[in-house]
Amino acid sequence: MPEPAADLVRTIARHRLWFLRGVSGAFSLPGLILASAFVGFAGLAKEAGLTLAQSVFMTGAVWALPAHVVLVGAILSGNSLAAAAFAVSLSSVRLMPMVVALVPEMRGPATRRITLYALSHFVAVTSWVLAMEHLRRVPLDMRTSYYAGLGGTLMVGNMAVVAATFLIAESLPPPVSAALFLLTPIYFLTSLWGSARERAGHVAMVLGLVLGPLFHVWLPGFDLLAAGLLGGVAAFLFHRLAKRGGAA
Amino acid sequence: MSLTFEAIDAWWWPYLFILVAGWLATDAWRWLGVYLGGRISDASDVLVLVRTVATALVAAVIGNLIIFPSGALAATSLSLRLGASALGFVAYLALGRRVIVGIVAAEAALAIGMLAGL
Repeated sequence: MPEPAADLVRTIARHRLWFLRGVSGAFSLPGLILASAFVGFAGLAKEAGLTLAQSVFMTGAVWALPAHVVLVGAILSGNSLAAAAFAVSLSSVRLMPMVVALVPEMRGPATRRITLYALSHFVAVTSWVLAMEHLRRVPLDMRTSYYAGLGGTLMVGNMAVVAATFLIAESLPPPVSAALFLLTPIYFLTSLWGSARERAGHVAMVLGLVLGPLFHVWLPGFDLLAAGLLGGVAAFLFHRLAKRGGAA
Repeated sequence: MSLTFEAIDAWWWPYLFILVAGWLATDAWRWLGVYLGGRISDASDVLVLVRTVATALVAAVIGNLIIFPSGALAATSLSLRLGASALGFVAYLALGRRVIVGIVAAEAALAIGMLAGL
């Protein structure tokens, strides 16, 4: 039987190894695309009047790009704290089923619940997709270490991306700056379409695209909430009708 | 009275705003996900509604960012922004649904349009 001390050293070394493998997993094409999206977000946050420190803080605290975009959009539209919190909350309900799906993948026999609660903060689309893809090849008792490396690197790395963008944004020539502001809409235009699980998702997207600018004019201050609720519920009704039509 | 991001002139207010409207509004859902861990089916109708509302909400922001942009993008014409976005989206759909393809196509169209003075 090996000595307990030697055992402990070996366990720590394994955790470090898998943590570092998680770190290197962050350097991938999805990671690069995410970084470019955060370049766009930094430009947006700066335009909304946020400081460098506030933007970096927001990146780490929220860590879900749709929620970031909604929050900055709400600030730009002059929404109240309650309206902004409600809109961000509506945009983030989708994190819940993602975590629900990830937990069984990540949990080993000895995983503590508090570890899962802490790691859940890293759950956002990119780290979730990468984790669902790679976790099955990670030993069960090393999965939390792996995900800590992966999710932590993506988050801290993009906080650095936001800070760096802030620092150079001033000196960018206007055309480059304009290109930067187009990054966020195009990123979501394509990735939202691709991530839709059912046709209703595409309907919701088209409705939101049209209703957002309309309510921006008609109902400033509540434009996001109105467009999200109206477009979302209408797309859901479409889903129910299409299902009934398919069954009949 | 409306508690907007600029409502209170104190250094801590924006951070409190971000914590309540940003951090709490997102992490509450993540924690609920851990709590429920594996007990909900992904295809249930409630989750479809959750997804459509979230999608429409983010799409509304996207629409606003294209139609009513801020910063240097505001200096470009609406037709150029719509054209570049549409081109990027069509390229994304046509060329294997890769996000990176859509981004490159839209940015290239925007650059060419700005050079041409559109």
